[in-house]
Amino acid sequence: MTQEAEVGIFIDSVLGYFNVTVQHMAQCGTPYLAIGRSPEVSDYTAMIKISGKREGIVYFTAPRSMLSVMLMRMQETDMSHENLCDLVGEIANTFAGNARRGFGHQFNISVPTVVYGSKDPVEYPAGTRPIVIPIDWRAYKARLVVCLN
Amino acid sequence: MSTRVASIAPVTVHRLMIVDDSNVIRRRIERAHDLPFVEFVGSARNGREALELHARTHPTIVTMDLTMPEMDGNECVEQLVRRDPDIRILVISALADKSTAIDALERGASGFLCKPFTDRQLNDALRKLIEY
Repeated sequence: MTQEAEVGIFIDSVLGYFNVTVQHMAQCGTPYLAIGRSPEVSDYTAMIKISGKREGIVYFTAPRSMLSVMLMRMQETDMSHENLCDLVGEIANTFAGNARRGFGHQFNISVPTVVYGSKDPVEYPAGTRPIVIPIDWRAYKARLVVCLN
Repeated sequence: MSTRVASIAPVTVHRLMIVDDSNVIRRRIERAHDLPFVEFVGSARNGREALELHARTHPTIVTMDLTMPEMDGNECVEQLVRRDPDIRILVISALADKSTAIDALERGASGFLCKPFTDRQLNDALRKLIEY
């Protein structure tokens, strides 16, 4: 599978998620390779470790305001820090899990690890280069970062 | 003068347990299900909690996530079915490949719903589970 095709699998996961869960389409910008420096992280970041046929990490990072509005769109009334952590983890889990449609059942995903704060919490596997998929939803900006060997 | 009494068919009340490590998803399923005669009996964050809750509340239908800490959904499905062969389990997972769904059904689940899902898809899947 080409790198473009692999990125396309994740973009499909992103678009499907926003359309179904918050009934408002997201737009994905042009994916790019993060060369020389780590991609910026936002307020909440959830990381999924990938193992099996492929190894690496997938993480989703988003601002608090975006996650709060998403919870509202889901009729959720609890906007606590714990629920925002929960949501960002669930989103990352869904993006990575849905990618098995393209990668197959040997694309194993971990439970999410959630980090709060904008300090870069991510250790990238050696020999890999992160691909950043920019996500625009309403007025908010988030990122999905895919780093697979 | 005679009194006529209408006969009423007995109603089966289904007891629903929700198992998912995400609080957002647990609350969403609890809010979104709108089937008559479904009583929510509790929710659990992983397979181990689900087994404990099952022993206390005896649910008849279950929604079950797969990727969870401590005990995953597949193992929990097997143990619940071993305890109660009549229990009906709807696996709700982001793992979207066909073999994951087949594997869950082979372990004893009665249905599979892929995340993300709409309220309508959830209720359709729960309806099928009840009619299964």
